[in-house]
Amino acid sequence: MKVSELAKALELRLISAEGYEDREVTGCYIGDLLSWVMGRAEPGDAWITIMSNINIAAVASLADTACVILAEGVVPDPGVKEKCDMQDIIVLGSDKTAYELAAGYARLT
Amino acid sequence: MVKHYEISGTDFANAGEASSDFKAMLKKIGVPTDVIRKVSIAMYEAEINTVIHGQGGYCDAELQPDRVIITFTDNGPGIEDIERAMQAGYSTATDEIRNLGFGAGMGLPNIKKYTDDMQIESEVGKGTTVVLTIKLFK
Repeated sequence: MKVSELAKALELRLISAEGYEDREVTGCYIGDLLSWVMGRAEPGDAWITIMSNINIAAVASLADTACVILAEGVVPDPGVKEKCDMQDIIVLGSDKTAYELAAGYARLT
Repeated sequence: MVKHYEISGTDFANAGEASSDFKAMLKKIGVPTDVIRKVSIAMYEAEINTVIHGQGGYCDAELQPDRVIITFTDNGPGIEDIERAMQAGYSTATDEIRNLGFGAGMGLPNIKKYTDDMQIESEVGKGTTVVLTIKLFK
């Protein structure tokens, strides 16, 4: 499934720059502790988190997640969008809970 | 090929820059993606440790024909009990650091998990040196 398809199905807001939504999503991971995410998320995962600070950019990039989904209406801290755009990281937002998002993803697969 | 990085002890916004840069270089050269992933995770954790615990330092990342060797050196407080520091879940990070999503006590265990060899030398009051080795081939 493409990120764009996931975004449409779950009514996600695109926070980062357009142009990379063709990327394939192959799994899903929920986590806010960055070391856990680094060590356990699989490449291609849609990473659902409520962590909004600048370090999510490094983690998403190094762990090769397909996209970051900020749950529960969380907005990224200043500078996060710019950093993610620089590194081609897709950031999406939603008012849904992490559980609702993951359950929504599961229904699509 | 050796890349040298200075790591600031206060700059959380740029923590991960060294790891991101070295990852990009490995990708450009065509190093297998599973190896790049291992290097990225281990190097990022060590870089974050250098920022959080080491009060900054430097990193030398070397690509050899069959392995990657990355050395992190800091002049921080040192590690009192390395065995304890290696335990998953053990952390001395402050609440402020934890609020940023760090300090889960997974840094060193993650490094060990994703490297083929990890050596820690530390002296209380002097600093810590961590050497990571990741083989390019199985």
